[in-house]
Amino acid sequence: MLREGTNGYRIPAGCAISGIFSKEGKRISGENIIKSIGLMHERSNGLGGGFAGYGIYPEYKDLYAFHIFYDNFKAKDECEHFLDRHFDIVNLSKIPTKKIQSITNEPLIWRYFVKPLPTKLADSQLDEDEFTARSVIKVNVKIEGAYIFSSGKNMGVFKAVGYPEDVGEFYKLDQYEGYCWTAHGRYPTNTPGWWGGAHPFALLGLSIVHNGEISSYDANRRFIEMFGYNCTLLTDTEVITYIIDYLCRKQGLTIKEAAEVIAAPFWKTIDKKDEKDRERLTYLRNTFASLLITGPFSILVGFDGGIMALNDRLKLRSMVVGEKDDTVYIASEESAIRLIEPNLDRVFAPKGGEPVIYTFNERINSER
Amino acid sequence: MKRIIVNEKWCLGCRLCEYNCAFANSGSIGTTPLDMAKALKDIVINPRIKIEEKDDICFAVSCRHCKEPLCVKSCITGALTRVDGVIRINKEKCVECHTCVLVCPYGAIMPSDEGVMQKCELCVQNTGGEPFCVKGCPNKAIEFKELGGDSV
Amino acid sequence: MSIDFIYPEYEIARNKDRCINCRVCEKQCANEVHKYHADLKMMQADDLKCVNCQRCVSLCPTRALKIVKTDNTYKENAHWKGRTMSEIYLQAGSGGVLLSSMGNPVDYPIYWDKILINASQVTNPSIDPLREPMETRTFLGQRPNKIERDKDGNIVNNMAPQLELSTPIMFSAMSYGSISYNAHESLARAATELGIYYNTGEGGLHEDFYKYGANTIVQVASGRFGVHKDYLNAGAAVEIKMGQGAKPGIGGHLPGAKIVGDVSRTRMIPEGSDAISPAPHHDIYSIEDLHQLVMSLKEATNYTKPVIVKIAAVHNVAAIASGIARSGADIISLDGFRGGTGAAPTRIRDNVGIPIELALASVDKRLRDEGIRNNVSLVVGGSVRSSADVVKAIALGADAVYVATSALLALGCHLCRSCHGGKCNWGIATQRADLVKRLNPEIGYKRLVNLVEAWTHEIKEMMGGMGINSIEALKGNRLMLRGVGLNEKELEILGIYHAGQ
Repeated sequence: MLREGTNGYRIPAGCAISGIFSKEGKRISGENIIKSIGLMHERSNGLGGGFAGYGIYPEYKDLYAFHIFYDNFKAKDECEHFLDRHFDIVNLSKIPTKKIQSITNEPLIWRYFVKPLPTKLADSQLDEDEFTARSVIKVNVKIEGAYIFSSGKNMGVFKAVGYPEDVGEFYKLDQYEGYCWTAHGRYPTNTPGWWGGAHPFALLGLSIVHNGEISSYDANRRFIEMFGYNCTLLTDTEVITYIIDYLCRKQGLTIKEAAEVIAAPFWKTIDKKDEKDRERLTYLRNTFASLLITGPFSILVGFDGGIMALNDRLKLRSMVVGEKDDTVYIASEESAIRLIEPNLDRVFAPKGGEPVIYTFNERINSER
Repeated sequence: MKRIIVNEKWCLGCRLCEYNCAFANSGSIGTTPLDMAKALKDIVINPRIKIEEKDDICFAVSCRHCKEPLCVKSCITGALTRVDGVIRINKEKCVECHTCVLVCPYGAIMPSDEGVMQKCELCVQNTGGEPFCVKGCPNKAIEFKELGGDSV
Repeated sequence: MSIDFIYPEYEIARNKDRCINCRVCEKQCANEVHKYHADLKMMQADDLKCVNCQRCVSLCPTRALKIVKTDNTYKENAHWKGRTMSEIYLQAGSGGVLLSSMGNPVDYPIYWDKILINASQVTNPSIDPLREPMETRTFLGQRPNKIERDKDGNIVNNMAPQLELSTPIMFSAMSYGSISYNAHESLARAATELGIYYNTGEGGLHEDFYKYGANTIVQVASGRFGVHKDYLNAGAAVEIKMGQGAKPGIGGHLPGAKIVGDVSRTRMIPEGSDAISPAPHHDIYSIEDLHQLVMSLKEATNYTKPVIVKIAAVHNVAAIASGIARSGADIISLDGFRGGTGAAPTRIRDNVGIPIELALASVDKRLRDEGIRNNVSLVVGGSVRSSADVVKAIALGADAVYVATSALLALGCHLCRSCHGGKCNWGIATQRADLVKRLNPEIGYKRLVNLVEAWTHEIKEMMGGMGINSIEALKGNRLMLRGVGLNEKELEILGIYHAGQ
């Protein structure tokens, strides 16, 4: 089967994205996000759809939730053997699905709640996140037929080949509740049809849905691969995920600073800033020059306790934000927001390169 | 007022200015194809700009279009006049008395092949724009530029 | 005629119908090829002395001159080509090493010409540089590996000294001595106006040009000519020249005849003495010694200037570059085997070193494999001929390019490859006052500015076509390149796919 990344083929794609976030940390059922992304049916072509939900596993919130596709039982055995040696597996099960006519060829889909084995973790001299991230990358690169497509805590990615609304039904997302949802409908301009290639793309608690085709891809990829990442899928979304993971988790940048790297202001704009800002922006842009992303993109970045919407510097992809009370809606098209919340307090289109970031409000944060 | 300025620092003594001057005044301007080979073949040129050379120094000399021109003052027939800052010569009026040749401190007036006097008239009758010597100088040793005021 | 006689390779063809005996050719030829025959009233030429510099052709006002390749030929032989045979005659006659100038002219593959650039269609819009910002600003230098914050959580500016370029093109090293004062002035002024850098080469910095210091890279080579504290501090960066693409493994030799007046003063050596740069730096016999020199130069410049290490592209260039990247150097400059020179032994110029495209690709890959690519910037030179070459170089992984031959061409050089003769008719590679004055820096600098601006426009157009609006997103973006007519191994080294893939 032709897959993203095999034989070095890179598959450009256009798409639809949608997201919902509750600043109050209110848990929302998956039903609305399915409706919203389903409205933008025409923006996808049935070759990939997916969702990320945050706050969906409160009972296991301190454990990494691995969602894994297996092509066959051999891959499953091999992967489980690996997980056994490196993690304490607290719970494992098949991810519940519902038969849908339009969704076929499903792989084995399993879920594991795990934590790194303390001895292994100590031996590795890594922190828990880095240990887990490396293990995920190792499985995905080394074990043929096994693919960990979700690895964060108290969050999960659900994706498949199909239209997103069918994918939501397939995974019975109406039965999950989360404070943040993102969704993606895919329109790849080639026809690989591999489940792992659908979006969101995630690493640890970070998930990305993306509409666009970045022209800086190989510059970004070749840079980020210096730091232990392996872009096996050759998709934009994968490399963007790694970039944000690298900037935020490894370099300790804030999500806003990360946005100032990947969608850095034009020099013309930077030159006009006051000295302090100019120095900071020049520093960030120059230090991580190879992580600047060019070409059209609109992305939704889901992370623990927040969401960021970001457009490329020229705003070459549509994206609209709507607010209603403490809930935020972000989608490729305003209609996809109005469908689930017709009475918005505020609607706006973020400017190119201007990150729109929402996190839990103070009260929720202090309770956490 | 634009003037021809010669900078001996950049003059190579190649004499292209002399040939370009001769070409400009050969009467072939306006003919097509414009061809220096056709215009100057087998001719000993008598240009209005001349290279002066000694040892390592060389530079081109042509009329400086003085503000108080001795040539104009001395002309007995009124053939020489200063029009819009350019000293022009009316060949119809020249009687070949050579007074102007004698008084010009720069040696910038000389007899033409026909006998009447000739001098640089900044190519006003030829191009209306940039004099040919300036256009053809390969090293910007001759420039046509504004000096400010009605100078010299 | 004798056994040593070699029929001139080029002949002067004069169109008698067009020649007006103006004698411009005669006055302009320092090789005294042209002569006016007063009795015959016609110009004559001695083809034997002609180096085919095209000065007479360019200045002839009636287009009466052209230079043609002779049709005199030895008996044809695929193995013993004419040039090969002539060189044997020359060496048998002189017993000497053959000398040549400028870059390797031999018919080796030119990889630039086997690489094609991508453009956007449908899925990704191309960007019109006339309507949208298109950024070519480039920084060269070490980048920090780790973000540091002060106690208030602000990012600490721990950036090493950088060079800032308005466009990723610089003029590479050409010494005052090998080229003229006016050529240097042209380069210095152009670099200043363009917001880029020129490089002094190993001949020191003329006192008149200290004022262009902010756009000057000062070089320290094995002969240490003209190096002193003020010199090091006059420039924006210091370059240690370990090697030169045109003559890897050997030093330099500027004949005493060119060490006159200001050249002697600037080099700080007596007039008339040969300026001999040793093949190695005699204080650098290994990588740890290079580290010491890098650090000494940083010490001497108070850690305010980036240090560049320039090496020739040779077989194990990737490993060498990796060593340099760990030596404290901020920038590595790679010089390919097509790079120019004022004089080099012909055999070395034509047979030593490797193509810059392959060297660049393997160095960039090696530094990335080792995770140290961001610790150092990569500047490549030695055959960059056009904006397309620049785009290809950057997409292969370079931060910027060095151009010298292209810059000399802009100043009038016609690649006659006779620099070592010292009689450059274009006023570039000469110290003869009457020839030097032929290059008016007022014209020269403007032509250099024109060239770099034209290239920058073209770079922007190509970037826009690829949907890239900032040069850093092109750097190392090898997916933007495809090879044509390259074999698997070449594609593997270049790290690109074949066209159609």
